[in-house]
Amino acid sequence: MTNPAYRRFHPRWHRARIPIFWWLRKLSYTRFIVRELTSVCVAYTAILLLVQVWMVDAGPDRFERFTAWLASPVVTGVHVVVLVGLLFHTLTWLHLAPRALILRVGRWRVPGAAVLAGHYAAWLAVSGGVLWIVLGR
Amino acid sequence: MTVPQTVTVDVQRYRPEAERTPTWQRFEVPFQPEWMVLDALNYIKDHLDGTLSYRWSCRMGVCGSCGMMVNGTPSLTCATYLETLLPGPIRVEPLRGFPVIRDLVGDLSDFLTKLRRVTPWIVREIERPLADGEHLQTPDELAEFKRYSMCINCMLCYAACPIYELEPEFLGPAVIALAQRYNLDSRDEGQEGRTDVISQHDGIWACTFVGECSTVCPKDVDPAGAIQRYKLDAAVGWVRALALPFGSRKA
Repeated sequence: MTNPAYRRFHPRWHRARIPIFWWLRKLSYTRFIVRELTSVCVAYTAILLLVQVWMVDAGPDRFERFTAWLASPVVTGVHVVVLVGLLFHTLTWLHLAPRALILRVGRWRVPGAAVLAGHYAAWLAVSGGVLWIVLGR
Repeated sequence: MTVPQTVTVDVQRYRPEAERTPTWQRFEVPFQPEWMVLDALNYIKDHLDGTLSYRWSCRMGVCGSCGMMVNGTPSLTCATYLETLLPGPIRVEPLRGFPVIRDLVGDLSDFLTKLRRVTPWIVREIERPLADGEHLQTPDELAEFKRYSMCINCMLCYAACPIYELEPEFLGPAVIALAQRYNLDSRDEGQEGRTDVISQHDGIWACTFVGECSTVCPKDVDPAGAIQRYKLDAAVGWVRALALPFGSRKA
């Protein structure tokens, strides 16, 4: 909103148009857009997991066919790309966590590095738990 | 590296009475190792073209008037050495995201209008009479909000924020950081009113955490951190209200 008081002296302002590739101006903007886009990989992985559960419920035949489809070279290639996107998304968000989370123990403020380490520890613990369930069956 | 005699400065000009879109004008300015970009602009105005318009005041990184885009980065021109930008040419533009009134002067009215909405002053439910003396704070209470109080309203954070450029209704980094500055002040009782404004769709939730606002901030205010803390507080408040629908919403 422009101040009407200026209009008497300046009949028009210039407002620059935003270029469609504004996110290529800086590396940080590009990193931000990639972080946002890789959320698609997160959604895809969640859906894939649900489909896998559904296939288990659908019976051995359909589950076998589904796992054969998963093992095909094209799908494996796509999933490697998804994994890279997933890791990028996860790591960039983990590294942003200390900026949002201010933890205090009494009067002592927990340093950002410790908050980050806690997130990594939680991630590893959950991943270890999942591995234990998968491999231990 | 040999010290150059002059440095080339490309300045964006916009003269609404004469041209419809901005143009670039090139100036050769004597190079002095101790000069800032603002010194080069002052040289241009004093010796080369007196019609060049731009804002400046204190020349010591306090007033926040001389913020401009220098080589595409929002910068305080009084705190940016020419030497760091050699060999040039150095490109100087008005701050991105604001309508340009003339040359390097942007219209910041939008920020000032939004700032008023978050009551950037200490709000008390019942004002204490002056006779009661000072409202004392401990050093810890001061430390809680001091970082956010360092904001000099230079608007570099707005110029760095692509969200503000894409969605001009977004309250923006400095407004939210200043709201947080008063929310965290132990003397203040206006958090509820500010939260009503900040938690709207054009407030904290419009921020997608690009983080550039904190990168360019010359006073290390960390508006991006303030916004994320606010989001966390709002989410915790929402869960608390859900869990305790008849309880107090205050922490």
